[in-house]
Amino acid sequence: MSLTLDKQAPAQSDSVLRRFSNLLYRRPNLYLALLLVPPLIWFGAIYLGSLLTLLWQGFYTFDDFTMAVTPELTLANFAALFNPSNFDIILRTLGMAITVSLASAVVAFPIAYYMARYTSGKTKAFFYIAVMMPMWASYIVKAYAWTLLLAKGGVAQWFVQQLNLEPVLHVILGIPGIGGSTLSTSHLGRFLVFVYIWLPFMILPIQASLERLPPSLLQASADLGAKPRQTFMQVILPLSVPGIAAGSIFTFSLTLGDFIVPQLIGPPGYFIGSMVYAQQGAIGNMPMAAAFTLVPIVLIAIYLSIVKRLGAFDAL
Amino acid sequence: MTLAVQFTHVSRLFGEVKAVDRVSIDIQDGEFFSMLGPSGSGKTTCLRLIAGFEQPSAGSIRIHGVEAAGLPPYQRDVNTVFQDYALFPHMNVLDNVAYGLKVKGVSKTERHARAEEALAMVALSGYGARKPVQLSGGQRQRVALARALVNRPRVLLLDEPLGALDLKLREQMQSELKKLQRQLGITFIFVTHDQTEALSMSDRVAVFNRGRIEQVDTPRNLYMQPATTFVAEFVGTSNVVRGELAQQLNGSSLPFSIRPEHIRFGDGPLAGHEVQVSGLLHDIQYQGSATRYELMLDSGQTLAVSQANNQWQTQALTYQPGQRLTARWAREAMTALQETALHEGQ
Amino acid sequence: MHSDKASLGLRLAAWGGLVFLHFPILIIFIYAFNTEDAAFSFPPQGFTLKWISVAFSRPDVLESIKLSLQVACMATLIALVLGTLASAALYRRSFFGKESISLMLILPIALPGIITGIALLSAFKRLGIEPGVFTIVVGHATFCVVIVYNNVIARLRRTSQSLIEASMDLGADGWQTFRFIVLPNLGSALLAGGMLAFALSFDEIIVTTFTAGHERTLPIWLLNQLSRPRDVPVTNVVAMLVMLVTMLPILGAYYLTRGGESVAGSGK
Repeated sequence: MSLTLDKQAPAQSDSVLRRFSNLLYRRPNLYLALLLVPPLIWFGAIYLGSLLTLLWQGFYTFDDFTMAVTPELTLANFAALFNPSNFDIILRTLGMAITVSLASAVVAFPIAYYMARYTSGKTKAFFYIAVMMPMWASYIVKAYAWTLLLAKGGVAQWFVQQLNLEPVLHVILGIPGIGGSTLSTSHLGRFLVFVYIWLPFMILPIQASLERLPPSLLQASADLGAKPRQTFMQVILPLSVPGIAAGSIFTFSLTLGDFIVPQLIGPPGYFIGSMVYAQQGAIGNMPMAAAFTLVPIVLIAIYLSIVKRLGAFDAL
Repeated sequence: MTLAVQFTHVSRLFGEVKAVDRVSIDIQDGEFFSMLGPSGSGKTTCLRLIAGFEQPSAGSIRIHGVEAAGLPPYQRDVNTVFQDYALFPHMNVLDNVAYGLKVKGVSKTERHARAEEALAMVALSGYGARKPVQLSGGQRQRVALARALVNRPRVLLLDEPLGALDLKLREQMQSELKKLQRQLGITFIFVTHDQTEALSMSDRVAVFNRGRIEQVDTPRNLYMQPATTFVAEFVGTSNVVRGELAQQLNGSSLPFSIRPEHIRFGDGPLAGHEVQVSGLLHDIQYQGSATRYELMLDSGQTLAVSQANNQWQTQALTYQPGQRLTARWAREAMTALQETALHEGQ
Repeated sequence: MHSDKASLGLRLAAWGGLVFLHFPILIIFIYAFNTEDAAFSFPPQGFTLKWISVAFSRPDVLESIKLSLQVACMATLIALVLGTLASAALYRRSFFGKESISLMLILPIALPGIITGIALLSAFKRLGIEPGVFTIVVGHATFCVVIVYNNVIARLRRTSQSLIEASMDLGADGWQTFRFIVLPNLGSALLAGGMLAFALSFDEIIVTTFTAGHERTLPIWLLNQLSRPRDVPVTNVVAMLVMLVTMLPILGAYYLTRGGESVAGSGK
């Protein structure tokens, strides 16, 4: 185009592209529609369509004897969620999601606090990348790394031996509901892995919310006579609640739907995710699997409505 | 003489808000025309209507006789200098200036030559290879000017182009812009909220208020004969006297304007063409070239009086706050005003 | 204000937290070069590069790498197109349903992957589509769109609207403005979004488990190895590879979007 001359400009103005540009300029709604149609088709038809298909299947009937699914509508699958065995699975998963969220917040807070208040420039960038990298690093490899860490004769055991802490480990593994026969088959092990994998998702929102606190606020608090501890409890902690709540959305929802970690580490017994997986795969009961997927959706919806009040959405 | 831009009953609505409300203006070809008003008065929207970034909700806009409605910005023979300069950050100065020629299909050698020419015109020869971030605010402003002028538009639109510059630079650019406009002989339409800027540069000024035009006139007439209370108070400072006092002093129920510098203090016999009021001296502000006094009149109104400090000796300040003074001015110095109506819904 | 220096406890907790985050990753790198061929035993006995060449001569490993690269490239491409379109539509104008659309884009990563996975699977089954490369790509593209969308919309919001107006004012039509002004300004955001989408797709396992059918992406290959702990050393090498492919883009994306300046290509 660098060879065209000034005189040819009028010709160019009649080109198809120019005429198309003019049309879009005069019809902004057409322009908007053209932009929106491809993503809307993709998400509307493929994604939402699939979700609705799935939920609809939750009303189908599964015959235990013939192992066949028939499109007779029933509420039996949803009712079955409240069977003691199924309800146990839901409670177990929910309990894990809540404890993992709490523990992540406790571990994440000092890191986020240090990042926001005591680092700047290069150190801050270093911390930021050092948190982002494990967050993006492969999920499956992180889970795999923990199977190596927690395995018999693995890294964790070696450290415990070096520090002569074996009796302590035995006592901990002996506690019912937490322990297990070995670290890698204990509830504690599974809990550790979950905390590890979702921890960065908790650090970053807390750090962002602390970063937004104007230093003048802390100066004002000190100026009004508050000791550092009081400033922390009265000003910093309350104002970081939205960040903690935002982070907990991730830790809660990711733990709730996970089925790989429970499969790799910890004692036997289904989680919601592994139940869905088993139902649709080995058992072939798609209606029951569909009904089970409703559980995390409902739990997350409830959880979101709770943390929304804590201002979590403003901290995302 | 042809009209460069003609607005006929133009309105622009944003939802319920009338940003521009039935505005009609004729802008002459080759004129330096300013649109003056407080923020939100509709002046920038008018500029954007001419540029084509907005379309009128009603009315007609003609640019050099051609109806502009529906024409996109790229098919209008006008160019804009933006308030934030809007220099393309990924291009160097030369490519920025040559951009308009490039998209019109001008050959590379020609467009670079013309861009260099335009840069020379704004005294930025040799800056072509720099990126916009490497320039000072004043230099960016000049690049923006060169980039608009290189297309040889018949109308140049300037949207508060000097707003971001400091005072000294602003004054320098004001005189340069004026000089440039005379040289090129094209129409400049200049949007500003700074009344001294508008007065010092323009052939004519339109004063905007709440989407409507209060007055279009030469700077001198605007100052000496404001048409409405809004213009009197927005352009320069003015005492607007209303009600009974207006009746008594000017013989009319209309409000009138009297400029502080047209008032003097005095005792003794009143000249035949003069009127006078008296009040208590309330406040004295020394402002360097002038001293400003505030008088509390018996009617409860305050009257500002400005006295030039035009003797080099220090004038003995003989007036004290609380003192009773008589203020006098010539009858001809009073200008009767239309009361600016408040719009519905305000 | 309190003292400029953090207390010892806080510093320990913060740096200790970083060590906790990185130690398991370090372990993967250590084990990939371990001479031992059987176990998870620690400390490692010696250093070798042998397993790397072993891993790269295994046809099943190479097959999975090829598949994962293919899937990630296609999913990223789709995500770039859809994410850019969506962000261009949503960044400025407000219209009815705008909020719902942005919520819908986020949903695939906000909801647990298992829901997306099983929903897609059941829909494919209903439509009679056999799970395979195509279905994996569809699943990945769906949750990658939001990554591109977030990057691009952030850049668009930071790009002054007056740049686009200036371009049109100087005589460029919509297409020219897109090509000469918008695209160069979006360049690094697109690259960053694309890299992140690529990493996300390359590593994805939960949705893939449902949509892969008999195909084995690299993460699936890894998962299969875990439930059948044969050839641990090869697994370790593949684990390191996946780790690198997913971690490096974050570095690149960080440098590309930092400050949001320095955009390549002046459109000659």
